[in-house]
Amino acid sequence: MKRLVLFVLACVFSPVGFGQAYPSRPVTIIVPFAAGGPTDIIARISGEYFSKALGQQFVVENVAGAGGTTGITRGAQSKPDGYTIMMGHMGTHGAAPALYANLKYDPARDFTPIGLVAGTPILIVARKDFPAANLKEFIAKVKDPAAKVKQAHAGVGSVSYTTCTLLTSQLGARSIVAAYRGTGPALNDLVGGQVDYMCDQIVNLVEQVKGGSIRAYAIATPARSPALPDVPTTKEAGLPGYQVSAWNALFAPQGLPKEIQGRLNDTLVRALDDEATRKRLLDLGSVIPDRAGRSPQALQKLVESEVARWTPILKAAQQ
Amino acid sequence: MDLLANLGVGFATALTPMNLFLAFTGCFVGTLVGVLPGVGPIATIAMLMPLTLKVDPTGALIMLAGIYYGAQYGGSTTAILLNIPGEVTAVVTAIDGHEMARKGEAGAALGIAALGSFFAGSVATLVIAALGAPLTRLALLFGPAEYFGLMVFGLGLAIVLARGSVLKAVIMVVLGLLLSTVGTDLETGQDRLTLGIGELSDGVDFAVLAMGVFGIAEILRNLENPEARNVAIAQIGRLLPTREQLRRSFGPILRATGIGSILGILPGNGAVLGPFASYAVEKKLAQDPSRFGRGAIEGVAGPEAANNAGAQTSFIPLLTLGIPPNAVMALMVGAMTIHGLIPGPQVMTKHPTLFWGMIASMWIGNLLLLIINLPLIGLWVRLLRVPYRLMFTTILLFCAIGIYSINNNPYDVYFTAFFGLAGYLFIKLGLEPAPMLLGFVLGKLMEEKLRQALALSEGSFMTFVERPVAATLLALAAAVMVIAVLPAVNRSRQKAFQE
Repeated sequence: MKRLVLFVLACVFSPVGFGQAYPSRPVTIIVPFAAGGPTDIIARISGEYFSKALGQQFVVENVAGAGGTTGITRGAQSKPDGYTIMMGHMGTHGAAPALYANLKYDPARDFTPIGLVAGTPILIVARKDFPAANLKEFIAKVKDPAAKVKQAHAGVGSVSYTTCTLLTSQLGARSIVAAYRGTGPALNDLVGGQVDYMCDQIVNLVEQVKGGSIRAYAIATPARSPALPDVPTTKEAGLPGYQVSAWNALFAPQGLPKEIQGRLNDTLVRALDDEATRKRLLDLGSVIPDRAGRSPQALQKLVESEVARWTPILKAAQQ
Repeated sequence: MDLLANLGVGFATALTPMNLFLAFTGCFVGTLVGVLPGVGPIATIAMLMPLTLKVDPTGALIMLAGIYYGAQYGGSTTAILLNIPGEVTAVVTAIDGHEMARKGEAGAALGIAALGSFFAGSVATLVIAALGAPLTRLALLFGPAEYFGLMVFGLGLAIVLARGSVLKAVIMVVLGLLLSTVGTDLETGQDRLTLGIGELSDGVDFAVLAMGVFGIAEILRNLENPEARNVAIAQIGRLLPTREQLRRSFGPILRATGIGSILGILPGNGAVLGPFASYAVEKKLAQDPSRFGRGAIEGVAGPEAANNAGAQTSFIPLLTLGIPPNAVMALMVGAMTIHGLIPGPQVMTKHPTLFWGMIASMWIGNLLLLIINLPLIGLWVRLLRVPYRLMFTTILLFCAIGIYSINNNPYDVYFTAFFGLAGYLFIKLGLEPAPMLLGFVLGKLMEEKLRQALALSEGSFMTFVERPVAATLLALAAAVMVIAVLPAVNRSRQKAFQE
């Protein structure tokens, strides 16, 4: 009896039970945002493929708070045994060091990168009767102090805040800014015409743009999105320097064994080639990285370049 | 005629055996999970969302909506039986509902909650079907300045809500407002009043506060005096309200349905005000307002009806604009998106069977809830017979699980314990927690809307005067407060003179 108990305990506590191949028990994917948001949805869609492909449940755990840094902090401090991985994102692994003075992790050093999952393009949208026919006229308005153009964003640290800060900093303009708690309330006031414009992820805006309750001036990706084929890219519309996407990527804590990193990356690469998974991601308006963009090395490079890009812009905006 | 044809399409969709089964499962599972103290609709939907992944989008939404109503009803059950409101909207139910349970009328309180909810839900379904789109356009006229006016109006209600001294009510409202300012500043991103505790940077969670000051404090009070508890549970009371109780409840349910439906449509989570407004109205209209807070059935019937009407009509901004008005609806957006369906103005025209099927299923869900719950009331009430030494430990355990499951954060459990002690102190000082919770809920929105309004007006306070709707609401708020405070002022003056 005693032996049996010991055996069971050993199974439960050994990281890889008796040489069984990884994964031998369910894996937790920490999503640092509330259930239902774009990052959560991308994590659930990819998690489903991982569960099927690796024969163990990949369970999403939502640990929201402080712009996603609460969940990522917890993930960074968990055991690097492959049973806790996390869905990091442009905010947590790019903008966070500039926004949170007490950040308890270093995006570039404290993680083992697994791979980029999907990017969500950013749209520049305005209320439907905003007096500008295209992006150029819109830019002229935003730059004109007398026009008193009003921007809404979904709270400091949100994608809509960081990406719109990038826009105004590139334009050298300052708008009247109203902060909201989340995209929903901000979008509501944009549809109602209380504010003039905002920037946010395409998945949050696509139906309102299609329905004509708001208008989109440009999409900040190299190519147009199949979800909104009529919206020009920033390059086409005359603002080629504005390239930004809310990317989501899988990370493990620093020190993940090489073979597990390889196994997870390999599964991710296959997930992004899987027809059903691809279709669900594309339906969201997501951009799926090409083969080269899916490697751990590419993700590491992306993190480093994003931190370098956001830090000066956001620090300047907070002055 | 269009309406009838559309509803026909809807019922044809909702009444297929599969969808009926999903609606039933949703309501049933939602009720079961929602009955756990502290597990409100948000936690329930988040936990059960994976269950819906295997069915088609229409079925999934029908089931999720069922879970939502079920959990909401389950939350009222814990508010009445255990004095633990799992959601903002159940706070008011707890005031008189729990008093009724203590008097041995738990069955009647649960019964009227179910009947009132059913009636309100039926009316609200029709409202959505008939007026959804035009009402949304009206609601869009509400900008930050108008919302600020509405929230100030809500604070006036908080004072009406109080049972005893106006001064104590004001103290509690202000305390609630102060607690709502804890956390990251909306505009600058700086931490405020967090005492350097990182876990407070997102502020205090509503469920944490409510469960502490209501639930845990209630347990402490009961432990202090075990005999009182035994007397309370000696009698269960009849399971259905008496004819007299039904008669008393009819007017409140009717009025509350109207109030709740209107407030629910406002996209800025106006639905939270519904039960509070209904309670305040009934207390003002009552011949003997002193019965309120001591187990008045009107104080359960009205708020529960308002709550359900608002829960229903808050689907309108989601379905017509694609904008979720509150956290539960945000989860619904997520659920729809996972099924490859992005909510928005297009849904109604592009997926008519889904849209109208969901509306029809709302009514069916309400009916199912009534059918499921009336027989279950006996079961819930029997829970009260469990010896208290077993019951309170179980409640504490489930509270801890429920709180933890909201954000998967252990600190939330510690904070709940802290607020439990604070709540016990309030009981000892004769301070009521309900006005504090209303202040807390409104405080966040009020600050946000005030700052948005001022940002957009570039700092000019004239925006509140120049915008007619905002000015009217603020004037109304001032009037309500004067009316609420005046009699009390007079009374204390009289007292002073007598001395």
